[in-house]
Parts: sequence; structure tokens; C-alpha cells
Amino acid sequence: MENLLNLLHGFSVVLTGQNLLLMLVGILLGVLIGVLPGLGGANGVAILLPLTFTMSPTSAIILLSCIYWGALFGGAITSILFNIPGEPWSVATTFDGYPMAQKGRAAQALTAAFSSSFIGALAATLMITFLAPLVAGFAVKFGPPEYFAVQLLVFSTFVGMGRGNTAKTIVSTMLGFVLAAVGLDTVSGQLRLTFGSMELLRGFDFLVAVIGLFGIGEILISVEEGLHFKGIETRIRWQVVLETWAELPKYWRTSLRSVLVGCWMGITPGGATPASFLSYGLAKRLSKQGSRFGTGEIEGVIAPETAAHAAGTSALLPMLALGIPGSPTAAVLLGGLLLWGLQPGPLLFVEQKDFVWGLIASIYLGNIAGLVVVLTTVPWWARVLRIPFSIIAPLIIVFCAVGAYAVHGSTNDIVLMLGFGVLGYVLKKLNYPLAPLVLALVLGDMAEASFRQSMLLSQGSLAIFFSNPLVGGLVTLALLMLLWPAFAALKGALRREAPAAQLSAP
Amino acid sequence: METRSSPEGGVGTRGVEVAVALGFLALSAAVIVDSVRVGRGWGADGPEAGFYPFYVALLLGAAATTILVREWRSKAHKLFVGSLELRRMLSVLLPCVAYVALVLSLGIYVASALFLIGFMRVQGKYAWWRALLLGISVPLAMFALFELGFGLPLPKGPLESWLGY
Repeated sequence: MENLLNLLHGFSVVLTGQNLLLMLVGILLGVLIGVLPGLGGANGVAILLPLTFTMSPTSAIILLSCIYWGALFGGAITSILFNIPGEPWSVATTFDGYPMAQKGRAAQALTAAFSSSFIGALAATLMITFLAPLVAGFAVKFGPPEYFAVQLLVFSTFVGMGRGNTAKTIVSTMLGFVLAAVGLDTVSGQLRLTFGSMELLRGFDFLVAVIGLFGIGEILISVEEGLHFKGIETRIRWQVVLETWAELPKYWRTSLRSVLVGCWMGITPGGATPASFLSYGLAKRLSKQGSRFGTGEIEGVIAPETAAHAAGTSALLPMLALGIPGSPTAAVLLGGLLLWGLQPGPLLFVEQKDFVWGLIASIYLGNIAGLVVVLTTVPWWARVLRIPFSIIAPLIIVFCAVGAYAVHGSTNDIVLMLGFGVLGYVLKKLNYPLAPLVLALVLGDMAEASFRQSMLLSQGSLAIFFSNPLVGGLVTLALLMLLWPAFAALKGALRREAPAAQLSAP
Repeated sequence: METRSSPEGGVGTRGVEVAVALGFLALSAAVIVDSVRVGRGWGADGPEAGFYPFYVALLLGAAATTILVREWRSKAHKLFVGSLELRRMLSVLLPCVAYVALVLSLGIYVASALFLIGFMRVQGKYAWWRALLLGISVPLAMFALFELGFGLPLPKGPLESWLGY
């Protein structure tokens, strides 16, 4: 009940003319970012973050989080009309969305995608409304060992749930931690890893890294693949929207499953991209129409879109309640909190009620506004994609440079951004995951501080991580996650040695 | 992506994979050396500055070694990037490098104008008037938004100081 009152208060904070305008601007910018290749949720928000320095934290987070919702919606447009995922989390949407568009059912596919995104986000927001205050209340009692255990769990999840190479996930994470350690050690005041260079003294800012890795790196990959935008013309008539909406309740099973997958993957930092793939895979296996997936089944659009949006939204739960982001974009928003002078963590719910509940209220309103905006403006966004690459690419690069500079007002950061861009290109081509790198760069100092404080408490004994059931449970879960790839490999090896009769198993 | 490689060859994945892993190994070694320098043990007031980076670097080194060993054993020959694709990529990367160099010397407004005009002329084969129109209006809009609107100064060069900014 108290949560509902708080939420109402949040709505009263958000419902001012200025905030509603910011919400609309955010959604429009977000859809644009989602549609354009090379600009995504994380780096789009990072580039625009400096513009919010002068705003109040509540207005700033409304603008930036609405950009995030817009980007989540926008990714589906290019997937369905152009067969080009504007965002990694909409790759799975192309599988059935584009075939639907080819068959002349683009409007149905888009309506299904937007509506499912909305349902996913709504479910995740309801969960945040009721669960986040509980988690925060619980986490107020956390000490350094508990925090370190949660941080360990974050990175173990990347290793355990990642679809890629385990060694590469570890390298990526550790690279983030190393980069985070560069500069002044806040505990001892010593300089570390600067190797006598003045430029390295300040350390690496993760916003610059995000803009380089995801912005410049993505552009380089896009040009190399030689993008051709040949889209399908469409506009959405309200009659089609209503017809599609009437059809959606039939697929409640898929929707519900996708919501659960999305929320789970969003809280544990699996993120929107793996959530969308997992949900698509499950729907394909469990649906009656499963064998027809890939040829333009509406369920194949519903599943990934619901899960991606649910995951993208619920990634804010650990960010708000624990100060630990569940996705790169949530990490950028967390960076924003620090810049606006707010201390992320469970106390946010006590000390910054206006901010927290304003944000949660804006998620509800932002997604409603987003749904209406994307349904009405689809033809316009499709036209944006027809702007030639030789205009879009240099513009995006200029925006990236401005964004990187504006973080600290340092031209060195523009050079660093380019360096991170090349690094991002090479690492992405070699299948190194980039999300753990970014999260490690954000959480590096926090993780180190909680580890060192724990060690201080225990006088150097690792036994402190098993000193009570909570921390012990978290660490055990983290270790299980870490060892998961080893289990899987062992199981695979055993199966290969087993007789051929077992090969038919999935 | 491998299937779309150009026929005239390119850069193999193996070389890049090994080079990147060796780079991480070198980074790991550098971090270990530096951590030992600042102290990786237990000081008077708890863990020293190098304590945590030391173990991070150890893990980095171990994972990089695993990648190296696996690459050593594998016999797969895949293309990292075909020469056509490499040329396409460089046709954007090299102008970017030039752009960043220009930002450092001429400021971001003039550099952005030159970059946009050059890119549209060379890559897009646009007419001069179109390239000039966009190339000049974007920096002007940036100036209006950042300097005048948000009060965030962006890097400026000789032209701006001549104009009195």
C-alpha cells in the first residue's frame, strides 16, 4: 500500500509540463537512436548525458530513461522493415518480423512488436514498483562482504550465462577492472598503473569507453559489412492495430513466459539481448506453431520483443535498489546519478524519494507515450533510414566526438574514444563480449573497495565470504555460475563418448 | 560473415586472435610489475594499492594464455576481414583519425565542418553546394546548442579566437 502512495507521489512529481515535454523529446530521440545503426541505448544516453548537467536529477533521469525506452522500441522498426537490427536485442525480432513484412503483414508485425514491448515493460515496471523497495530495504543491512558477493555474482553470471567463449568473457571483465584501477588509488592515495603519464592520471572514464566501443566500433563494423537499406514501405492503420490487439490475447502463454525470462535476465545481468534469444528459442520449442517459426509467425515477434523490453526495464531494479547496474545502459544511467550528485544504493529509496518514485512513474508514462509515438510515426522513421550512409556516418562520428569531449571537457578523451572504437571493432570481430568490460569499468572501484574493506574486516581471511548464510549463499551461487561452463563442457564430453543413440537428444 | 569474404584474400583470424591475446598478456605483465611496485601485500593499514590489481592481472593473464593455447591447437583458417571489407572499414577509420587530429589543432567546429564536407564529397559524391550546406550548418547548430543553449564550451581553435570566442 505504501508503495502505491509513493507511486502516486511519483506521478505528481512527473506530471509537470516540463517533464512531460522532456519525456516526449526523450522518446523521439530514443527511437531515432534505436533506428540509426551505430547509435544504441548505451552510447546514445552517454553522448547526451553531459547535456543534463544543468537539469534537476529528476528531469535528467526522465529524459535519459525515456531515450532508453525509445531505443528499445526503435530497434524493432529496422528489424521488421529492413531486416537490419538497429540494436543487438532486436536481432531475434528479424527472424519472424522481416518475413511477415515481406508477406505484406508489416503493420501487424510492428503492432505486435510495439505492443509486446509495452507489455514486457509494463510487467517489469510493476515488478520494480513492488520488489525494488523490498530489495533496497533488505540491502540497507549489506556490509562490504555482501556487496562484494553481489558484484561477484554479476560477473559470474556473464561467465555462466554467456553464450560465448568463457576465457574471452573473463579477459573482457578483467580488462575492465584493470582500466578502472588506473589512476589514483582512493584508499592509499598512491598512483597506480599510470607509468609516469600525466594523461593516465585521471584514469579511464567509462562513458568515453562506451561511446568508443559501441559508437565508433559499431560504425566501423557496419561499413565493413556494407549496409544497404532496402526497406519495405508501410504505414499503420488503426484498424490493423485493433485487429492485431484482438489477436494478441491468444498468445498469453508466450507473453507470460517471455515476461518471466525477461525479468529474470534483467535482474541478473544477462541483459536484453540474451533474454530475447532465449525467449525466442523457448517459444519455438514450446509453441504449437514452433515448426513454422522463421517464416513469419506473429509469436516469433512477440516472444523476443516482450523479453527484451522486460529485461531492459528490469535492469533498472538492481541499479536503483543496490547501485549495481544490470546492463550497459543501466550502467550509464548509474554514472549519471553520480554526476548529478546522487549516491546510488539502497538509501536512495529513503533519501531521494522524489527522484526514485518520479523515475518509476516516468517508466509507466514513458512507455505509454512510447507506444503511441511509435505506432503513429513509423513511416517517418523508415524514411530516416533512407538517408544515405555517407551523411549519417560522419554525423554520428561528430556526435560521438562531442559527447566524449563533453564528459570532462578534455580533448584527450576524443583520442581515447577513437582508440576504444578500434578496440571495440577488433574485440567484437573476435567475439569478445563487450558488456562485461563496460560493467567492470563501472563497478571496478566499487568492487575493489568492497573487497578491500572485507579483507580489512577479516584481517585477510577469505572465510568472511562464508561468514553468514546470506553472503555464503550469494558466493556459492556465484561460484556455481562460474563453474557452469566447465559442467557444460564435461557433460558435452561425456555425451560425445556415449553411444550414437544418444545423439538425437537436443 | 565469413561467407561474404572477398575472393582476393585478406587478414586471417588467427593472426589477429594471437596478436590480441599477446597484447592482453603483455598488459597483464605490466599490471603485475606495477602492482608489485606499489605493493601487492598487506600494509600497516590493510591491503596495499597493488593487492587487488595484482589478482585481476593474474586472472587476465591466465585467460589470455588459455585463448593462446586454444588458438595454437585449432586448425581452423577463418578470415578476420577480407581485403574489400578492410578497404571499406579503412575508408571510414582513416578520415576519423584525420578528424580527431583536426579537432586537436583547429577545434571541433572547423574540424567537423571539414570532416562532413570531405566525407560527403569523397564517399557520397555529393555536389559541392550540398556538402557545404550540411557541413557548415551542423557546426553552427552545435554552436547554438552547446555554447549558447547549454553553456557547455566545446574545443575551439584559431578561427573562433579570431572571431572573438
